[in-house]
Amino acid sequence: MSAEHPLTASPLEGRSPFDLRVNQSRGVPESAIKQALESGDMGFLHSFTTGSTVDGPGVRLVAWTAGCQWRCLYCHNPDTWNMMNGMPVTIERATEELRKYRHGLKVMSGGLTLSGGEPLMQDRFAVKLFTAAQAMGIHTAVETNGFLGERLSDEELEKIDLVLLGIKTWDPEKHRKLTGKDIGPTLDFARRLAARKKSVWIRFVLVPGLTDDALDLAQIAKFIAGLGNVERVEVLPFHQMGRYKWKELGIDYKLEDIEPPTNALAEWACGLFRAEGLKAN
Amino acid sequence: MATPVARETAREKSNPSWEGFNPGLWQKEINVRDFIQQNYDPYEGDASFLASATDRTKKIWAGLNELFLEERKKGVLDISQIPSSITSHAPGYIDRENELIVGLQTEAPLKRSIMPNGGFRMVLNALKTYGYEPDPHVVETFTKYRKTHNEGVFDAYTADIRRCRSSHILTGLPDAYGRGRIIGDYRRVALYGVSRLVEHKEREKRALDSAMSTDAIIRDREELSEQIRSLKELQQMASNYGFDISVPARTAREAVQWLYFGYLAAVKEQNGAAMSLGRTSTFLDVYFQRDLSSEAITEEQAQEIIDDFVIKLRIIRFLRTPEYDELFAGDPTWVTESIGGMGDDGRSLVTKTSFRYLRTLYNLGPAPEPNLTIWYSPRLPDGFRSYATKVAIDTSSIQFESDEIMRGALGDDGAIACCVSPMIVGKQMQFFGARANLAKCLLYAINGGRDELTGAQVGPAVGAVEGEYLDVEDVMDKFERMMDWLAGVYVNAMNVIHYMHDKYAYERLEMALHDYAPLRTMAFGMAGMSVVADSLSAIRYAKVRVIRDETGLVTDYQTEGEFPQFGNNNNHVDQLASWIVSTFMSKLRKYPTYRNAVHTQSILTITSNVVYGKSTGNTPDGRRKGEPFAPGANPMHGRDSHGIHASAASVAKIPFRDAADGISLTTTLVPEGLGRIADDRVVNLRSMLDAFFSVTGFHMNVNVLNREMLLDAMDHPENYPNLTIRVSGYAVNFVRLTREQQMDVINRTFHGAAAV
Repeated sequence: MSAEHPLTASPLEGRSPFDLRVNQSRGVPESAIKQALESGDMGFLHSFTTGSTVDGPGVRLVAWTAGCQWRCLYCHNPDTWNMMNGMPVTIERATEELRKYRHGLKVMSGGLTLSGGEPLMQDRFAVKLFTAAQAMGIHTAVETNGFLGERLSDEELEKIDLVLLGIKTWDPEKHRKLTGKDIGPTLDFARRLAARKKSVWIRFVLVPGLTDDALDLAQIAKFIAGLGNVERVEVLPFHQMGRYKWKELGIDYKLEDIEPPTNALAEWACGLFRAEGLKAN
Repeated sequence: MATPVARETAREKSNPSWEGFNPGLWQKEINVRDFIQQNYDPYEGDASFLASATDRTKKIWAGLNELFLEERKKGVLDISQIPSSITSHAPGYIDRENELIVGLQTEAPLKRSIMPNGGFRMVLNALKTYGYEPDPHVVETFTKYRKTHNEGVFDAYTADIRRCRSSHILTGLPDAYGRGRIIGDYRRVALYGVSRLVEHKEREKRALDSAMSTDAIIRDREELSEQIRSLKELQQMASNYGFDISVPARTAREAVQWLYFGYLAAVKEQNGAAMSLGRTSTFLDVYFQRDLSSEAITEEQAQEIIDDFVIKLRIIRFLRTPEYDELFAGDPTWVTESIGGMGDDGRSLVTKTSFRYLRTLYNLGPAPEPNLTIWYSPRLPDGFRSYATKVAIDTSSIQFESDEIMRGALGDDGAIACCVSPMIVGKQMQFFGARANLAKCLLYAINGGRDELTGAQVGPAVGAVEGEYLDVEDVMDKFERMMDWLAGVYVNAMNVIHYMHDKYAYERLEMALHDYAPLRTMAFGMAGMSVVADSLSAIRYAKVRVIRDETGLVTDYQTEGEFPQFGNNNNHVDQLASWIVSTFMSKLRKYPTYRNAVHTQSILTITSNVVYGKSTGNTPDGRRKGEPFAPGANPMHGRDSHGIHASAASVAKIPFRDAADGISLTTTLVPEGLGRIADDRVVNLRSMLDAFFSVTGFHMNVNVLNREMLLDAMDHPENYPNLTIRVSGYAVNFVRLTREQQMDVINRTFHGAAAV
């Protein structure tokens, strides 16, 4: 038998045969986690995939980080809320894996997208990975709720080529209900990105009966249009692919019986954004 | 019988059929490539010039669709029991007044003929299956007076070969039917006319008069005589339809008709496993350009001729048995046509007629035949890459292969036989031959040559593994020795098969459309590559405990721990896959081949992965007995958990030099998985093809699914490799969901709110 176990050398291989990934970091001492978060030498990843065409421009490699302080009612990856559900990956290992795809990502006008979870929960790791990616000539994107945007310095923001910013609603009270957190920091981050002329795609999740209020949408649209740096608005139709994750995690799922929006409703929502001169689909 | 065209006449530049063509070497010798190079117009534009189906085309196609329905109901529409030859049947028509291109295999559309030379048993089984009483005269002829390929093979098979055949470690050997995978250069018929070709063959034969009559020379002389005879029959067949093809074609319509007559003669004579067409679109484009620029035809008429030609190719039929159809998953004819590619001089070989061929998938609707195959290079013009990609998304009816790799190996006038086997048109042929089941070979290594299902001693009794756990060095060592044995039996079987096929079912006409003494390859195949790679990975990187039955036979495995799996761009296991391919190839090369054919190998069980899996026991990778293998060089379904880029990267590592007969990757996608907007989907798929084929990717089948196919994917994940359903930000793959979750996805999310 070979003495070397390859998995210690390739921790990005999913350890769980199931896609619901929990407790992948079991056994990692708390001090090590704290140190990792401060230094960014290690990240906690739920999983990664290649060949994604729906997480930013071109064909991309997407890595999902574990850990999020929001609790969105319609979250489709609730197994990414807890950082301990992610597997520990050193920055060297992540960079090495990314390097394998460098050529293809360029040919396919793609890049690296960090999604989550909330990637900025691991802001040091994210910055280090984006820096390494850019050094290899790979386009970088982060999908974020913007809540922790202030953790990034202006200089660090330059390591991100595109921000996919989620805006959930315009109404502060409703925002707390939907996500458990305040809307303020997200909007501040949006304004800061605008001031720095950073490329931004806005993502809005359309949930029938929950986020399909005409006035609410119109207000978001007006705000986004005023920013001047938003290249695209993506209206993401709510879906039920994440339902089983809630069930298996034993968390109370409030949207059990909500149906995905019809094409007509999604088109209507896009229309509200387009009315403000935005490119929406 | 027309008078043969004298050499001098044919060489004259003033030959009226060639008026307007640029002169060249092609006039002095049989050299279609030179004709193309001197005369074709590369097309760099988009698809906007294309014409829709005319009413005439729609009417003919609609009439056939009614026949297709009836055919599906009955299995076969009708059978003619006249043994088929080039001139055996009277002319047949679909709609005589309205057809632009004529010619059927029998006197009626979809009526299948018998071709007993490959094997009479297959004919009898097929007749029985479809409720036909065999014609006593035919039975008498083929049992009393005429021996077949099938009988010849079994006269010369060894005991070893028979054992391997019945245990299914060697499966799909072409020993009971036509071998196929030979492409006649049908373009020669159009460019030169038959008289010139006959004259050329006579010269080739005369050149052998000075050689001593050894076995090889006698065989060559006899073959050349048969080739000449077949060309004369071809001319007779065309004459029965009212055409004199002794002279070159004069118009585009004639060029298509002449070329098709050549192909038709081949499929009247041979029921080959794959009867491919070659690389005809750019050749024909020269004729279309000439007629279009002299305003002899319009674009609509040009498209109409191509549509009518493709209709003919779509109704090629062979009489086969249900077992055969199970092995090949359906009733395929593999009328493969190679389209596109770059020229050696850096010009693209894409022409307007390349587009016209693809357009038939809209004018007539999607279809698996003819098997339109794009020779893909990232250097092809944008307009063509975009159109081909769009056609792939809209119809799932085309496949892509690496022009860069194949042109490097064969030059710029190659074509694909079957699915992935490249060869130089008219200058190269192959002895095709099935697959060795390498997963079963691994199990034989573990069990000392005993079959894991029956316990019978099939392979050499070299000592089974001992102890409770598998040791990687021990298993690899035993596996290599077992591969060595299997390769020997395999080459042995192939030599017998092709000796007998040449003797009893020689492809007279197809070989008449080759140069004398073409390059011959012997194309071996491998099944179960990813199963073996993952099994070796399990043994090396995890702990695999064996479970034996009361006779000591290892029948199952228990794997403790994790191990890397093929399809995730992980070198630890990807290198094992390459090792398997290269090692088996090196074993095959050790054994001499019939007619000194060059050994090649393919990894391409596109359709028979299910059948191979059925006859293979539990494997150390955790695959259960009877479970299908992955198709071709694909990762096992569900194990490639990091998306298409990673999965394709693993497959692209398999070395072409040791699998020069092709490495096949099948992908399945849903349109939404290619992008949120329709325009993005074309761009993104084109990008993926650019990336795959700018490295060492060899072949990609792109299947785009609809809802019904998705439901089918739940029951048969093995047929829908690396199926991914992605929505923005969501982190799971469809095939990795449970059945209940998949239903949920399909019913409640993916296709809207239509809850069941």
